[in-house]
Amino acid sequence: MNCDEAGILLHALIDGELDAGHARELEAHFAGCVGCAAQLREFQELRKSMKPESLRYTAPAGLRARIEGKLPAPRAGASRRSVIKGFVGGAALSAIAASGVLVVVMRKDDDRRVLGEVVSAHLRSLQAQHLIDVESTDQHTVKPWFNGRLDVAPPVADLTAQGFTLLGGRLDYVDAKPVAAIVYRRRVHIINLFCAPAPGAANRAAAMESLQGFNVRRWRDNGLNLWAVSDINPDELMEFGDKFEAALKQ
Amino acid sequence: MIAAGHIALPVCEAGTVMIAGGAADVGDSGKAERFKTLALPHLDDTYTLARYLLRSASDADDAVQECYLRAFRHFNTFRGGPIKPWLFAILRNVCHASYAGGARLVFTADDIDAGAAQAIPIWREDVDTPEQTMLRRHDSDTMRRLIGELPAEFREVIVLREINDLSYRDIAIVIEVPIGTVMSRLARARGMLRDAWIAAEGGSGS
Repeated sequence: MNCDEAGILLHALIDGELDAGHARELEAHFAGCVGCAAQLREFQELRKSMKPESLRYTAPAGLRARIEGKLPAPRAGASRRSVIKGFVGGAALSAIAASGVLVVVMRKDDDRRVLGEVVSAHLRSLQAQHLIDVESTDQHTVKPWFNGRLDVAPPVADLTAQGFTLLGGRLDYVDAKPVAAIVYRRRVHIINLFCAPAPGAANRAAAMESLQGFNVRRWRDNGLNLWAVSDINPDELMEFGDKFEAALKQ
Repeated sequence: MIAAGHIALPVCEAGTVMIAGGAADVGDSGKAERFKTLALPHLDDTYTLARYLLRSASDADDAVQECYLRAFRHFNTFRGGPIKPWLFAILRNVCHASYAGGARLVFTADDIDAGAAQAIPIWREDVDTPEQTMLRRHDSDTMRRLIGELPAEFREVIVLREINDLSYRDIAIVIEVPIGTVMSRLARARGMLRDAWIAAEGGSGS
């Protein structure tokens, strides 16, 4: 990657729009290029200086009234009272309700995006000859390897007896953040277990999703977001996750 | 360049569906209610964009009103998903159509990114000022002014990204350019804003 490319891509990094592969290349470029690294810091500073809430404008009160006045009036009849309540008496309430819905929409959209990134990371690990950074079937080797590389200690369980062989671990990037990838094998299938810190977030029960032909078992436990990704069938992947969770609780 | 999954994935519309649900066979007043519920919460955002695009409170007022009425007339063409980019695209067309002649809003042809480098006033040449100068705080009025002084096509990507918090994909929809162009334009826009910011720091005598 040259400085011209880095100069554009660093904005995508700041905006959380860069895929993990490019994010990694970019990090590598910053490590060797003082100028680009300084640019990144400058733009991050600039971003911090732009407080969106202080740069917004508020629409004049008359504008809303004029727009509402030009739209067809609510139907007369039995529902009128509730309509009036909804739109006149509770203008603020409806705004809050609508923004609440938006938050849900954005969060779901975000979840879906992260899911896409997790599957991309899985694919990359299979294609790029970069499945494993630390190769070991010993959980007591894999787990400490992440010390100093991540600000979280990922859980590593030995599931060999249950038919899932531990192959090792790898540092990967999801959502432009470093995550732990713990790699297992089931027969000829690879399972990547991605593990990212989610401090303070409530636990979330396992859910199975499917994307681009891959199955993803996702759950949240003990302040960690976890995604198990593989092309094995959903039942086996669910079993993997169940066994993994059970092994950690022992 | 951008994660393919981010662009290709369908937008989850669960929340929107929830709001719009059960309103399939309504008449004009039902349509108006649905429109108000979806569109009016974005009035401030739309007005903000109009203020930055037009740099005039009264023009922004008119443009937003026209935008909402036009959006309502064409509400049946809204295909669900987030409504904000759809509204913004309409607002941009309104601004373009009504005010482009007044030279307040100059959108030129597609070669804008290629030719922009020469056309843009350079606030300050030496961009290698230490980033520490950035740490000092301008008041928000200064930042508003600096954003307002950016050329229109750079101003709008800054406002859409930084103030209205749109994704690259949504910005691409609003301004009708490929995502790659959004990226290069945003990079240039931030570069100009940074230079202007540093120049303003120097001029503030601190």
